Amino acid sequence: MTASLMKIAGGTLYDPANGIDGEVRDLWISNGRIVESPGETAAKAARTIDAQGLVVMPGGIDMHCHIAGPKVNVARKMRPEEKRKAEQIRRTAITHSGTMGSVPSTFATGYKYAGLGYTTAFDAAIPPLAARHAHEEFEDTPCIDKGFYVLMGNNHYVMQAIHENEPQKLKAFVAWLLGSAKGFAPKLVNPGGVEVWKQQQSGNVSGLDQEVDYFKVTPRQIISGVARATDELRLPHSVHIHSNNLGMPGNWQTTLQTMKALEGHRGHLTHIQFHSYGGGDGDENTFNSKVTELAEYVNTHKNITVDVGQVLFGETTSMTGDGPLGYFLSKIYGGKWFSGDTEMESGCGITPIKYKNKSLVHSLQWAIGLEWYLLVQDPWRVVMSTDHPNGGSFLAYPQIIRYLMDRTYRQDVLNTCHPRIRERSVLADLDREYTLGEIAIITRAGPARILGLTNKGHLGPGADADITLYTPHENKQIMFEMPRMVIKAGEVIVEQGEIRHAPIGKTLHVAPGYDSEIEPDIQEWFEQYYSIRYRNYPVDPSYLHEPEVVASNE
Amino acid sequence: MATAPTEAAQEQIKIVTDATCTFCGCVCDDIDLTVQDNRITEAKRACVLGKAWFFSHEIEDRPSCLIDGQPASLEEGYDRSAQILTEGRFPIIYGLSDSPCEAQRVAVSITDWIDGTIDTTTSVCHGPSGMAFQGVGEVTCTLGEVMNRGDMIMFWGSNPAESHPRHFTKYSLMPKGLFTPNGRKDRTCVIVDVRKTKSAKAADLFIQIKPRRDFEALWTLRALAKGVSLDAQEVERQTGVELAVWQDLMERMKACKFGVIFFGMGLTMTRGKHVNSEALLALTRDMNAFTRFVAKPNRGHGNVTGADNVVAWRTGYPFGVNHARGYPRFNPGEYTTSDTLARGEADCGMTIACDPMANFSQPAREHLASIPFIALDAQETPTTRAATVAFTVATYGINTGGTVYRMDDVPIPLRPAFDSPHPSDFEILSQIEMRVRQIQGVRA
Repeated sequence: MTASLMKIAGGTLYDPANGIDGEVRDLWISNGRIVESPGETAAKAARTIDAQGLVVMPGGIDMHCHIAGPKVNVARKMRPEEKRKAEQIRRTAITHSGTMGSVPSTFATGYKYAGLGYTTAFDAAIPPLAARHAHEEFEDTPCIDKGFYVLMGNNHYVMQAIHENEPQKLKAFVAWLLGSAKGFAPKLVNPGGVEVWKQQQSGNVSGLDQEVDYFKVTPRQIISGVARATDELRLPHSVHIHSNNLGMPGNWQTTLQTMKALEGHRGHLTHIQFHSYGGGDGDENTFNSKVTELAEYVNTHKNITVDVGQVLFGETTSMTGDGPLGYFLSKIYGGKWFSGDTEMESGCGITPIKYKNKSLVHSLQWAIGLEWYLLVQDPWRVVMSTDHPNGGSFLAYPQIIRYLMDRTYRQDVLNTCHPRIRERSVLADLDREYTLGEIAIITRAGPARILGLTNKGHLGPGADADITLYTPHENKQIMFEMPRMVIKAGEVIVEQGEIRHAPIGKTLHVAPGYDSEIEPDIQEWFEQYYSIRYRNYPVDPSYLHEPEVVASNE
Repeated sequence: MATAPTEAAQEQIKIVTDATCTFCGCVCDDIDLTVQDNRITEAKRACVLGKAWFFSHEIEDRPSCLIDGQPASLEEGYDRSAQILTEGRFPIIYGLSDSPCEAQRVAVSITDWIDGTIDTTTSVCHGPSGMAFQGVGEVTCTLGEVMNRGDMIMFWGSNPAESHPRHFTKYSLMPKGLFTPNGRKDRTCVIVDVRKTKSAKAADLFIQIKPRRDFEALWTLRALAKGVSLDAQEVERQTGVELAVWQDLMERMKACKFGVIFFGMGLTMTRGKHVNSEALLALTRDMNAFTRFVAKPNRGHGNVTGADNVVAWRTGYPFGVNHARGYPRFNPGEYTTSDTLARGEADCGMTIACDPMANFSQPAREHLASIPFIALDAQETPTTRAATVAFTVATYGINTGGTVYRMDDVPIPLRPAFDSPHPSDFEILSQIEMRVRQIQGVRA
């Protein structure tokens, strides 16, 4: 089979990983990958896309969202009231129907990501016991490549290995668990705190050094231990951390301690907006931003990366692996509440939520998110996210881009917010504006590098031909809301908002090696406490559509 | 090493370990099956229902396809099915709770391509719980959490001794868990029902309430949890149980460390339906102000939970989903199958692994019998007998693999024991879907 060539001619490229910042260049594609120019004498391209006047970037990468698995699906079931009034996703000759609202159905999720120019997304919190479920949904979520992070911050075996001071055992278990789930990275959610929630009414840990009952480990030990194991396994991504005390006034201290607990190992602190609050004692009146202090630490510690978890005003659904947080939020908002504890592993909390610009707390959360983008000096270490759907939908990304590229617009919106946030946030004083090149970093090149995806997030030869073409517009929200064209693995999948082709997409996972002598020990523990058989736990390769094992770091 | 004389015999015996029983929502995955001559002769660890399920399974000596009661080729059956489904104006697809997720997904695709209405047996069992869930949410957990932590186990309108025989021993009462090292001794069992069921003797406390008064009983407990003073005579008159009994129960509920309420169709299919489920879910939620408490519907069919999940992830709604406008809409009572049939709206349909001709209302049955429809079932049933096209399918979990979701949403793989000459429902539905796509011009 001869590979046909495709050429994207004359576009203005933003490819920060290769040092290209707005240069007119041609791109050549063959067999789903970007290739070197065949030169003057070579065969002509079978298809040439005229990209003159268009902005060309790698496909977007969402490194932290909730799009599949048990928690997301429970939220879909729980929120019928959102769907009738939302946009209707009709079936066409090439696409399935679906529903929107804050938690879109699977097909709708894939189409909408693609429509936005995103070609890769990672679900951030899957209990390994339900990994099969996430993989099944992935197969019904077309147009994007997918992977997920595996919840292990409250896993009993992890806590035991740490308590017994057995780092080799911990490392082998982390590898075994990722391989069993066919997951991508280790995820800690409120390490230790979810286990306490399972043990007692309103249970949680209050700080990094509070011991978890029965297991006699602290959140600090869990963070250090798993960060170290992740680095020793040379996993492509670092440990991915949802810190303790999410949403609590004064939690910035916990966040700072979490960064320090990494002990120099790589660590990604996710939806850091929710973890950057000053104040204390649950008193709303003392609530303020501590981004300046935390960003200073991030700026001076290269082992740390963050994504923001931007809050947008409007209605959404909060969903988290942080069971006690779900309880806390449900008490604040008083709406329906789902809590689901998964044996030996994890928890889950879901509740509807509405962010209002007239609320001091919500306005501050909005401002704190923007402060993060503007105060981290190195754009390679801060990633755009809404923690979809927690802070808002991924569909809000173009709006965030406008906030970052247009300080007048940012100030205009700030003026509509609760007036007292000016005393508690430095946002009004920040006049930094992002360039298109920097946007390309925080939405694709940066997350690719942080995730260790060497074939993604850039336009050099060998990269997956996941490419988005935008029509420039003064209003950057308009520009990014509807790409002119989206190409996935060398195929045009979207043109001007219309799906042209809906491939299922790849499953990205890791398969780290480990000492198999650990298996009898895991099996003995497993069969004593789990309610399913050990043999029925690992996900069979047959569940993976187009799997791609992402290699360990060199 | 085996010696010569026994070798031949051994060759015919196959052992399948860690097989999964799909008879009820417990979905026990620890069964060791002995298979000989296309029969299961032993099902180690299976309960009485599971044994009956495995042992009674024989390859049906029936054609894989019947059209109008006459044997037909599969190809003819697929063609006719696609024709029926695409010619109707109000096609319905129903059942799915005894099919693996892989087949359920294809059924939803077909529904999408024909602008049809899809519904599962959830609508006639725990549909009210699904609706209650949409109202108040749910505090719940996986069954292993019950095993490891549950020290107060309640059953409300549920009779697991007869419906889920291993529930007590495998998950809820007997197992020795991490924080329940003494098993049954570490647990208090309370059963609330309108009659003294076979499960009642497992209870430390059995409370027999007046029939159709579940809602009042649950609200009595909600009031007591919140410290609302109640009129003793009125409580007894409404619930049939003395206030002191309810007070004692509430004290125990508040004093436990990890309480669980399993509920069944005795709650969801009696007067009040979804408001009963809602009261129970709300009570469970209330209890979390005092201690940890969770609730869980005891689901019946092997993969009814999978059906809820598949329909929800593809359409956004768990059951009763109509695609007539080209996108999914949800309305129990309007789009649920017993209703679309009883009102005479559906004009063609497909039933998958269910038997509405045996258990729907008379108007619904009469209407179903009057319209062209396709039935997929492993056995001959009143529904397959009335169907225009009837497919005999291989049995999931015995002849075919796939995925099922246990009642607590834990996905479990199937390990089939032996092959069937009949196609699986996944194969049949995939063939029908292919033809439906061609007819409808779908290129997805």
